[in-house]
Amino acid sequence: MGAGTIQAAGDRRRELEGSPAARLPDRLLRWGLTALSVGVIVLIAFFFIRLIVESEPVFSEEGIFNYLFSADWVPSRQLYGAVPLIVGTLITSAIALLIGVPVAVATALYVTELAPKRIRQPLTVLVELLAAVPSVVYGLWGFFFLIPKLLPAERWFADTFSFIPFIGGSVTGPNYFIAGLILAIMILPIVSAISREVMSTVPREHKEAALALGATRWEMIRMAVIPYSRAGIAGGAMLGLGRAIGETIAVTLVIGNAPSIGDSIFQQGYTLAAVIANEFGEAASDPLHRAALIAAGLVLFVLTLLVNGLARTFVVRAERGTRAAKKPAAGMAG
Amino acid sequence: MSSFSIESVNPRRRRTDKVARGVVLALTLIAIVPLVLVVYYLLKQGLGAISWSFFTTDPTGSFLGDPGGVKSAIIGTVMMVGLATIFAVPIGVGVAIWLVEFGRESKLAHAVRYFIDVMTGVPSIVFGLFVYITLVTSGFGGTSFAGWKGSVALALLMLPVVTRSAEVVLLLVPNTLREASYALGAPRWRTVLRVVLPAALPGMITGILLAVARAAGETAPLLFTAAVVNDSTFNLDERMNSLPALIFQNVGQAQDRLVQIAWGAALTLVAMILILTLLARLIQRRSRLS
Amino acid sequence: MSDDVTPRTREDQVYRDDPRLEVSGSPQHVAPETPRVEQREPGRIVRKAPPVVLERLNAWYGGMHSVRDLTLTFEANKATALIGPSGSGKSTVVRCINRMHEEIPGARAEGRVTLDEVDVYDAKVDVVAVRRSIGMVFQKPNPFPTMSIYDNVGAGLKLTARKVEHEQVERALRGAGLWEEVKDRLDQPGIGLSGGQQQRLCIARALAVEPDVLLMDEPASALDPISTLKIEELVEELKHSITIVIVTHNMQQAARVADSTAFMLNGELVEHGPTTKIFTNPDDTRTEEYVTGKFG
Repeated sequence: MGAGTIQAAGDRRRELEGSPAARLPDRLLRWGLTALSVGVIVLIAFFFIRLIVESEPVFSEEGIFNYLFSADWVPSRQLYGAVPLIVGTLITSAIALLIGVPVAVATALYVTELAPKRIRQPLTVLVELLAAVPSVVYGLWGFFFLIPKLLPAERWFADTFSFIPFIGGSVTGPNYFIAGLILAIMILPIVSAISREVMSTVPREHKEAALALGATRWEMIRMAVIPYSRAGIAGGAMLGLGRAIGETIAVTLVIGNAPSIGDSIFQQGYTLAAVIANEFGEAASDPLHRAALIAAGLVLFVLTLLVNGLARTFVVRAERGTRAAKKPAAGMAG
Repeated sequence: MSSFSIESVNPRRRRTDKVARGVVLALTLIAIVPLVLVVYYLLKQGLGAISWSFFTTDPTGSFLGDPGGVKSAIIGTVMMVGLATIFAVPIGVGVAIWLVEFGRESKLAHAVRYFIDVMTGVPSIVFGLFVYITLVTSGFGGTSFAGWKGSVALALLMLPVVTRSAEVVLLLVPNTLREASYALGAPRWRTVLRVVLPAALPGMITGILLAVARAAGETAPLLFTAAVVNDSTFNLDERMNSLPALIFQNVGQAQDRLVQIAWGAALTLVAMILILTLLARLIQRRSRLS
Repeated sequence: MSDDVTPRTREDQVYRDDPRLEVSGSPQHVAPETPRVEQREPGRIVRKAPPVVLERLNAWYGGMHSVRDLTLTFEANKATALIGPSGSGKSTVVRCINRMHEEIPGARAEGRVTLDEVDVYDAKVDVVAVRRSIGMVFQKPNPFPTMSIYDNVGAGLKLTARKVEHEQVERALRGAGLWEEVKDRLDQPGIGLSGGQQQRLCIARALAVEPDVLLMDEPASALDPISTLKIEELVEELKHSITIVIVTHNMQQAARVADSTAFMLNGELVEHGPTTKIFTNPDDTRTEEYVTGKFG
């Protein structure tokens, strides 16, 4: 009996310890994938450092302050002040948000709360299809359709509302407004998708509570849906802003590419992304110009980083809100 | 609340409700307008350009005579996006597997997620610029502009999309399946390969197709990396044409026949992307998860 | 259930007396089949299984100390029931035996769990090999959704790099009492079965790997009464060849299937003894209060 037990224990030990070779694939998988993931971090760090190193000539020549705060961008005279580009980027993005976000939120509200069941899915697909159109196609369409067709309307608007700041004055074909409008169309799908997502997580009890108090549908939306999804919508808008800031080709085709700050939204300008796409060819032989463009890319990168960071905090807050609100509901179900 | 009765809500409130709902509906319809207009103009201007020779001849670069077709651009787009997919998918899926199966909630996993998020936000032109200064100007591989360098730029764009979508789908695979496999004495790598990946596959394909669709429409990163040329080539070591770059170049020319080619190319490109997108949705709908 | 008895099955039992023969010798059989419950002589051990010994087992989830200093022996070829109110740590105990506990992020365990005097927590021991020797059936049936019935049963073999023989699949399905119900549709998806059938499919999947110990974590809690009864009959049958630990919050079930019963409360073992004693004449007043339904 005693010998039998020892025998059994020996067999069992061999069985349970297995062979180191059998454990090797698991280790390889774990370390291989870990290396891959760390590689992503290293890549982005390398990417950031490369941008800084390559834009260094323009910073040492012009000074970082001058680059960021001077308004003269004249490559032929070796003047690189990025203010017109930064301002152009901010103006077009602001217009995009002003037009795009209300439309996107309305679409999300309609799809989640008001639309008949049958048309919800098709409507969602239609809005998502806006994201399937490439930037260059929006640019093509904007250049040959929007600019000529909207010119009379823009003229009328500029004349009629000339008392509003940054509206009156002469109107050029390509301008900030057209660029902003195209950007609004381009950010609509993402803002709408995120708004729809947060709105669909509004607990039914909240909505029913409002309706049971005798609220109309719109009052229910204002009482239950909007407050609940506010943080998520803000996060979606920020993500849209990030897209708008970095959008290049469509903007390049419709903004006029003039390195000056226009007097009104109906005048031509430039953006950080557009200047890179437009001037990199001629900059190939001029190290300072090239550095100035890479610096524009760096500024663009930092801007999108900030905006997306902000977006993330909003979205995280929205998710946390959702979780907190869902808990009691789950408790009731259980 | 004395005015409250069964028959009617306060008329002012009812009017507000009606107006607000009307406004929401109107704004929703406005959201659809650009899509209708873009599609209308694409068909109106683009169909005229399309013919058999449009797909079978290269652009001539001639301003006055026959502008040629878009063959080299279609070949370039398919080749470069294909290679970008080959770069991005294994890395993206690998990182997603690491995040879900190994990294989980560790500090490193949070850092990786953060950097993937950062990548998602990086404008495509900045990736193009990065590849331009690291691979093109340095003459890496003995060439300046080359198709494969365009693929690298596109892969950088696709990577975060593939990773994030794969991570979401992997998280949807019920933990009970992993437990069932582990409890049978399966090692981790077999569990991942035989149990987790098959369950997640349809959803992952959806994410990959959407990433491919996004990459196919990108212009900015290709201008810096693959350049724009007229001739067809299957050699990824050479400069390569692409549909988006060709459209961009032709709009800049503002010459009627070239613009017509641009509309035809745009129609072709949108059709390709739409097919990919619809395919992705179809697979998603048939997926067991989600 | 008992309509297709053949004399062959009795001969089979002779072979099965020796556990090693049973594993390696199956090709010699004309048609290997596991006999049904009805043909067994009660209490007959056809394959010697090892006992499982827990010594000073402690387990934590993050900061929660969910199993405290547990020392307990699960006897060989017996079914032992773990009973206790929700949150008493009984599921954690079984998950510690095959080291599934450590798959949960933030969970850890200390102490000894020995199988034939080998500690499964020994640094040299391969966790994957432990789980091959100690099978597990979960609370909710979890067949692999992308696999057919046949592939589900063969999955354990495939996932541990072994060849799948048809007879192994058949034997496992017969062992789980599912063969007659599914033999004509082995290529259909496993998730197409009813809940009770799915659970027996999961038992077949665990049996196909030929474990020495089977852990059952409330295997019938998600099932209807008839399916539950089938699972209980199965436990009765299986303990002739393996050691069984079954977690349940259903005391009638424990009384029906278990040879001995352990009662847990707040992560501690209160009492362990023969099932009849625990249910009729327990030493501890807390056990008595629990089994008579005063709390829990």
